[in-house]
Amino acid sequence: MKTLKLLAAFVCFIGLTAFTVTTDSGYKVGDVATDFSLENIDGKMVSLSDYKSAKGFIVIFTCNTCPYAVAYEDRIVALDKKYASKGYPVIAIMPNDTDVKPGDNMQAMQARAKAKGFTFPYLMDKGQKIYPQYGATKTPHVYILEKSDKGNIVQYIGAIDDNYQDASLVKTKYAENAVDALLAGKEVAQKTTRAIGCSIKTK
Amino acid sequence: MKQLLLLIVLMSFSCKDSPKKVEKKINKEKTILSLDLEVYDYDGLKPLLNKQDGKVHVVNFWATWCAPCVKELPYFEKINAEYEEKNVEMLLVSLDFPRQYDKSLKPFLKKKDLKSRVVCLDDVDQNRWIPAIDSTWSGAIPATIIYKGDKRKFYEKSFTYEELETEVQQFLN
Repeated sequence: MKTLKLLAAFVCFIGLTAFTVTTDSGYKVGDVATDFSLENIDGKMVSLSDYKSAKGFIVIFTCNTCPYAVAYEDRIVALDKKYASKGYPVIAIMPNDTDVKPGDNMQAMQARAKAKGFTFPYLMDKGQKIYPQYGATKTPHVYILEKSDKGNIVQYIGAIDDNYQDASLVKTKYAENAVDALLAGKEVAQKTTRAIGCSIKTK
Repeated sequence: MKQLLLLIVLMSFSCKDSPKKVEKKINKEKTILSLDLEVYDYDGLKPLLNKQDGKVHVVNFWATWCAPCVKELPYFEKINAEYEEKNVEMLLVSLDFPRQYDKSLKPFLKKKDLKSRVVCLDDVDQNRWIPAIDSTWSGAIPATIIYKGDKRKFYEKSFTYEELETEVQQFLN
């Protein structure tokens, strides 16, 4: 009887952990985000810890080849121009497997960054180790982090704004609102949003 | 003299020929552009995702620019062909950008000659309709819903034909 109970508890535990694993992939708001050391388009390695005076980060998983990501390129540049000086620089990370998407390889990233005048690092998630930890599923996918004693806390996950088609018709700038709230020492009102994007490419 | 005649004959041939070709090309473009698309916003699409007609409904969200979507389209077409008589209804929801309808989507539909019903979803307020379609959908495509009455499953993934058939069959039993 005792063994049966033990077995039941064990099965229960397995069930529970299995369940946790499937629903708990990636960060939720409030989690501490991992730092990384990823290669930038200039060949240098970039980590969040390099930014000593930053108050936080606008981490954006994006790429060259996704039409949604392309539609947001100018707006990502604008975000960096507006917020880097206020302590929230954009850190762009390209998460796709470049064997699957050669249009996202390092040379293509360099060319794209040059053509669009990227003012921020555009990093390659080589080996695809970082995006799964964040839980990014698509490009573009935004994570706004706030620096704290405990590390970089995830404060917002989702879209840049509410109109991928036309920047001039945007009603709510989700990412800007989140950074504005953090800069003002307030709680982010809308912590998660969703938007269509291209699935991150893996082999 | 003979040569001149030949030249004139040749020229008249080419003159006759070229306008015809141009006309033909324009006609072809016209037929592609005149292809009627069913375009909905989310409120318009919603009834198609909630039909209560006893049939198994397979709804696939895709776009011409989404490589894994295009790769799996033939599997959905095959399910449509083989299961249509077994009460399975296919719906392919294109998320192509409206400005790409004429340039990309219509020529694609013409070329592939899809037999399944294709509709377009044009609704920028994605933060409203993505969680409404499924609470677990992060927004990546391809994504697929299979439902019958109140039984419903959502898949944010790519399918092989076998995987898709297995899922569809679960709804048929």
